[in-house]
Amino acid sequence: MRRESEAPLVSARDLTKRYALRAGVFGHGQSFAAVDGVSFDVLRGETLGLVGESGSGKSTTGRLVLRLEEPTGGRVLFEGDDWLALSGRELRRRRRDLQIVFQDPQTSLNPRMTCGAQVAEPLSVQGLARGRDLRERVVSLLEEVGLSAETARRFPSEISGGQRQRVAIARALATRPKFVVCDEPVSSLDVSVAAQVLNLLAELREKSHLSYLFISHDLAVVSRVSDRIAVMYLGRIVEEGSAAAIVARPLHPYTAALLSAAPETDPALRRARIALSGEPPSPASPPTGCAFHPRCPIARPRCRLEAPPLAPSFEGRMVACFFPGELVPGSR
Amino acid sequence: MRDLRVEVSIGGRLAPAVNGVDFDLAAGESVAVVGESGCGKTLLARALLGLGPDSARVSGSIRVGGHELVGASAEEWRCVRGRQISLVFQEPASAFDPVVTVGAQIVEAVRAHRKVGRSEARRIAIERLRETGFPDPQRGMTEYPHRLSGGLKQRAFLAMALASDPAVLVADEPTTALDATVAAQVLELLDRLRLDRGLALLLITHDLGTVATHADRVIVMYAGRVVEESTAADLFRAPRHPYTRGLLASLPRLSVRTSSASRRFDAISGVVPDLASRPARMCSFAPRCPERFDPCDLEEPALYPAGESTARCFLYDPRLRS
Repeated sequence: MRRESEAPLVSARDLTKRYALRAGVFGHGQSFAAVDGVSFDVLRGETLGLVGESGSGKSTTGRLVLRLEEPTGGRVLFEGDDWLALSGRELRRRRRDLQIVFQDPQTSLNPRMTCGAQVAEPLSVQGLARGRDLRERVVSLLEEVGLSAETARRFPSEISGGQRQRVAIARALATRPKFVVCDEPVSSLDVSVAAQVLNLLAELREKSHLSYLFISHDLAVVSRVSDRIAVMYLGRIVEEGSAAAIVARPLHPYTAALLSAAPETDPALRRARIALSGEPPSPASPPTGCAFHPRCPIARPRCRLEAPPLAPSFEGRMVACFFPGELVPGSR
Repeated sequence: MRDLRVEVSIGGRLAPAVNGVDFDLAAGESVAVVGESGCGKTLLARALLGLGPDSARVSGSIRVGGHELVGASAEEWRCVRGRQISLVFQEPASAFDPVVTVGAQIVEAVRAHRKVGRSEARRIAIERLRETGFPDPQRGMTEYPHRLSGGLKQRAFLAMALASDPAVLVADEPTTALDATVAAQVLELLDRLRLDRGLALLLITHDLGTVATHADRVIVMYAGRVVEESTAADLFRAPRHPYTRGLLASLPRLSVRTSSASRRFDAISGVVPDLASRPARMCSFAPRCPERFDPCDLEEPALYPAGESTARCFLYDPRLRS
């Protein structure tokens, strides 16, 4: 539960990213919002899970927070400082505090650099270590993520997918960041390897008091690793609350449908599935009113006309729905 | 399928990527083959369609409706593919020609195996699109593949695969590229096709969650071998092989976390051995196995009966029961 006295490590306020539509005869000057007014806080040592399907804007949100892309609007505060107002030089210096781990280490690692050189790079760029000290730091980072010192001499193509993701994590941890965005960190890994990497992330978090923004399409994974969860649909957060509360009782019908679509291998616990019709709409042509209404099993006329704001509900939770809690997994 | 082996060339020598697989598939039945990358499940699926790397050598027996397919000529395979066995896979986009309408491609698939006129083929194509849940089949006919959403593309792929009423459908990771809510729709469609048409479904997947709800029987593969075969219900109620148990334990489940302890997954240690460095003359799972004991290092276990299932593990070897 959140304590009032604790200032958030990272705050996003009204983050918005608009992309221009390709200029055509009719598309001239038009744009659409991939991320549309997203706000959240991440406390020290906390993991916030960001879950949604493709096109929900979850990955873009992660990139905006790190300023890998410039937002069109909104603010990001890091330890109370306006992260978006930092000058280029100041931004480079403070980047060491914020890092990212991507989905596919195959593409996020440089195939022509040894694993050791890639872990060393952020340290030398930031001027944090050099020479013998640098080599020793690289070895201890590799060992910290469960790799042998010998891995430093290998190229990414010479090691397995799980080992590559460990190298990417070692690289992200090299500068001792306070906040790490994990963007689908295990989605390209086999189940047994994914479990190992998730365990590693949890260990590192406890040891170094890290905060994570954990982005995934997989609600089951998110529910296991997160303290709080924010559910995104078409560029907006539609529900936010503690992981336990969201799994036990989803308030937004989309969350309820996602929960019911999550695989459950125990036949005794299997929920009745809430079938959603259709597919997520394109952010370039969002529906009127509530963006979810064309797929929503409990939509009413009002939902077509008006977009429900993300508003406080009970138990300190936030939900963007006129009829929160009405659709329950297993109720149909 | 009996004692099917697919050997692929690695560094100049042949190595068995699929090593002696047996199974039966009945009309209307759904059998899932599960395993992680490198277990041989995709090669197995391709062998069933006579598709595979040129260097691969297939031996053993594949019989469909009484016809032996191992050793069949390219011409015979062309008759079998589409007519008796069809394939859908993860990336429907790569199954279509991007510059030809969906309708024209399904019509072509219909006419490849049947002597029917254009208008009759068109009628069948529209019927298939309707059957696979296209909201507006007439219009679907005129769409180009890239204009369709991921879910509709997969439905169109299914419509094309069903063009000439095959008896067997091999679905290789059919929903892996789809969002959760859309994947659920496609899996339900596969269930319905099975019921309505008596289609036999071989579901190749890495996703145990899919298996739990959409398969009758399950074959678990590890390093080219079947390590467990069981009904879907038994597999999840009482997994026998230590690898199956490990897979189930490492599966992320929805959970209401109460302490930091449950943040941990019970991961299987180590990694899948690659084809070139598989342990020979011993259980290939032994190096990662929590139950490893003396016999595991001495020879490879056979498939032994284990409850209602069979498992390739010395824990169930009747000779070792005291």
